Amino acid sequence: MITALDLLAQLRPLHVCVGRTGHIRQVGHSLAKLGAGDLTGLRFLEAFEVLRPAQPSGMVGLRSLAGQVLRLRLRAEPGMILRALVVDDGAGGVILDLSFGIAVIEAVQRFGLTARDFAASDLAVELLFLQEAKSSAMAASFSLNARLDGARLAAETEAMTDGLTGLHNRRALDGALGRLGQSDTHFAVLQMDLDRFKPVNDTLGHAAGDAVLRRVASILRAQTRQDDLVVRTGGDEFLVVCPGLTDHARLDQLSRSLIHDLSQPVDYEGMQVQIGVSIGIAQSASTPKVTPEGVIERADIALYAAKRAGRGRYRLWTEDMGHSLTELAAPQEPAQA
Amino acid sequence: MHGLIFRTVEAFVSDAFGTGSWQDAVAIAGLEVSAFEAMLQYDPAYFPRLLDGCAEALDRPRSVILEDIGAYLITHQNHASVRRLMRFGGDTYSELLHSLDELPGRTRLAVSGLELPQINIREPIPHQFVVTCHGDPAGFGHVLVGLLRAMADDYGTLAVLEHRGVRDAAEVIEVAVVEAAFSEDRGFMLADRAEDALT
Repeated sequence: MITALDLLAQLRPLHVCVGRTGHIRQVGHSLAKLGAGDLTGLRFLEAFEVLRPAQPSGMVGLRSLAGQVLRLRLRAEPGMILRALVVDDGAGGVILDLSFGIAVIEAVQRFGLTARDFAASDLAVELLFLQEAKSSAMAASFSLNARLDGARLAAETEAMTDGLTGLHNRRALDGALGRLGQSDTHFAVLQMDLDRFKPVNDTLGHAAGDAVLRRVASILRAQTRQDDLVVRTGGDEFLVVCPGLTDHARLDQLSRSLIHDLSQPVDYEGMQVQIGVSIGIAQSASTPKVTPEGVIERADIALYAAKRAGRGRYRLWTEDMGHSLTELAAPQEPAQA
Repeated sequence: MHGLIFRTVEAFVSDAFGTGSWQDAVAIAGLEVSAFEAMLQYDPAYFPRLLDGCAEALDRPRSVILEDIGAYLITHQNHASVRRLMRFGGDTYSELLHSLDELPGRTRLAVSGLELPQINIREPIPHQFVVTCHGDPAGFGHVLVGLLRAMADDYGTLAVLEHRGVRDAAEVIEVAVVEAAFSEDRGFMLADRAEDALT
């Protein structure tokens, strides 16, 4: 019959036999790999520190823990908490059967353990397999999520952008107005309508019209600030929302400069093309507070007033222009888009 | 059917023959999708159509393509994790063969929802193995032949493998292990970190 110590040596690669004097008599073959060297002959409590459930100071204390599972660590490797079942050997000593618990993955990496360092019945290798398989599957999943997220962002941007000019579209404007309505930020709106654009489209073709619209977009981008929202709201209608811009002098200057730049004649395939712009301006800073949609409507009214005064003009909305485009337009033809 | 299977076919055709060949194969197969995601499910009916498309586009039999896919999974750098996961099967090539009946279970552990055929393994004469694959996806035996051939190289073992066709509704593979330590073992440490995704 095989002796108990030989049996332990063959079955339990992480066991420790402690004699009645408290010295280690035998260890499993894998323990030597854990960075503390050969432990046989050392006092158990000098090699190991028992953390829970109690901290025994000698053999009496250690034996009293028989039947319990301890948390302990090698004093040479304080970072790694092990667990061990304590068995009284019936001869004044104890046998401890150690395991890594969930720290097995870290232990394998740290000490270069192999399948042979674990008992054949131990599921440690399966745990490692699972950990590695899980990491691979998670990586694949993350990469799918990243791609989907990229596609979502692209779709969202596309949905907010006017395809021809790259400016924002009405959907983006609605979002921005919603946010402005929630905040106390004052803002100005410039409502713009191109003059003499229809003849360009009609006589020179849509390609010429598209080129003109792209040029308008680039001028608007150049003249506005980073935080301004530049929107193409319709065929030849544009709108700029300027958060924080309340100074009349600056609005005058911006409008004059837009009218100047947009009225410059340009060459299109050897032909001179000249358009212009009319601008209506309204501001949110007024009492009683108006909704963002109300500000847009006032800008529309101001734009109508600007067009009625002749092309290439701008008007800032004032109380006497009224509050409704329909009542203003009633006696005359409605403002042409 | 798990996207990982489709994605593997796509990766193999694109890596080995170029994206043009892959687009040809998809066009011939007439599928609604032109690229597959590893972590999505697809209609199983796509699989035979896709294989036929690949066979025509690459001008070679399905069995050869499947076998090459098996080898590709083990040898291509993009799939280093597959090789490692296979090496968890055993310390020697013979141990790996004897662990093949666990392969579907291990695969399910790795990627739930990825179903492989049931695999049985016998060693009626020492070093002469008979592997049978029972169930869908049909043709998996050919993938297994390519995979096990590449794994033999990985272990440094000289082995002769042959797909013997279908017997009693199961694909039959014969493996003769000629010399266990024929060339250098590429080696395997439990502790290597998996840095590559499955695809």
